Amino acid sequence: MAKLTFRTDLCKGCGLCVDFCPKGVLVLAKDKINKKGHHPVEAAYPEKCIACAFCATMCPDCIITVEK
Amino acid sequence: MVVFEKPKALADVSMHYCPGCTHGIVHRLVAEVLDELGIEGKTVGVAPVGCSVMAYNYFNCDMVEAAHGRAPAVATGLKRAMPDRVIFTYQGDGDLASIGTAETVHAAARNENITIIFINNAIYGMTGGQMAPTSLPGQVTQTSPYGRDTSHCGFPVKVCEMLSQLDGPEYLERVAVNNVKNVKNAKKAIKKAFENQLAGKGFSLVEVVSSCPTNWGMTPKKALEWIDEKMIPYYPLGVYKDRTAAKEQGGE
Repeated sequence: MAKLTFRTDLCKGCGLCVDFCPKGVLVLAKDKINKKGHHPVEAAYPEKCIACAFCATMCPDCIITVEK
Repeated sequence: MVVFEKPKALADVSMHYCPGCTHGIVHRLVAEVLDELGIEGKTVGVAPVGCSVMAYNYFNCDMVEAAHGRAPAVATGLKRAMPDRVIFTYQGDGDLASIGTAETVHAAARNENITIIFINNAIYGMTGGQMAPTSLPGQVTQTSPYGRDTSHCGFPVKVCEMLSQLDGPEYLERVAVNNVKNVKNAKKAIKKAFENQLAGKGFSLVEVVSSCPTNWGMTPKKALEWIDEKMIPYYPLGVYKDRTAAKEQGGE
């Protein structure tokens, strides 16, 4: 199964990964705030992930590692 | 199996760019290419003045900071003094297409064996969103609140088209980073620009059509859509010069 890991404290909450995910796996965690003061991304539906790495390709801060 | 991870040539620090700024994507692409070609240890990068002024903090190769616009001149010196090193510059449009036009044009005309990564986001980012030489006609910026009026501000500088008129440069290509497909094409172009230098072919410039959500006054997603709607029609993507390919075709 695909596995996503995030360097959460580097996330700036721009949401590009959320927009580009074809399966709707990711959301910005509205109930969390990281060190930078942003709502960081998290995998709300990790079971839907197909490891296409579109999220990581579009992440400007390179915080996502994709494994499968 | 790891499908995607941070390239080793990219430093493990937080970048200062605004949320959604595509500078980060291009930094990563350059770092991925350094990793893939295994040249991190013998590469020297030249950082510009502009938003990417602190690029020297983000790459694990050696970096030099140049005066505003003078990165191609500094790179020329580095390459001539150390021909066995790989020299690249990373410049924005205010740096390369405005104050550094002379250095850029003459480095291209001399066919210096260097690689230039040119970020075109149609605005001066670091100073707060003033009109740049690459701003589109009618584009609203801090210094053109009613839109760029070409009757007294003139027309944008199209760097790839301009340099393609010279006999000097080896390789000129314009790419974008506004969707996954374009990012993958951008990486191919950047890799080719570095391979050209390793093969001693000469001046290679990749223009990356990029976004500036903060100064365009848009969300990161809307800014990427704006690239498709406005930027790419004015700055068409493609290869503007590839002397090696042209020679091979001519020989057939």
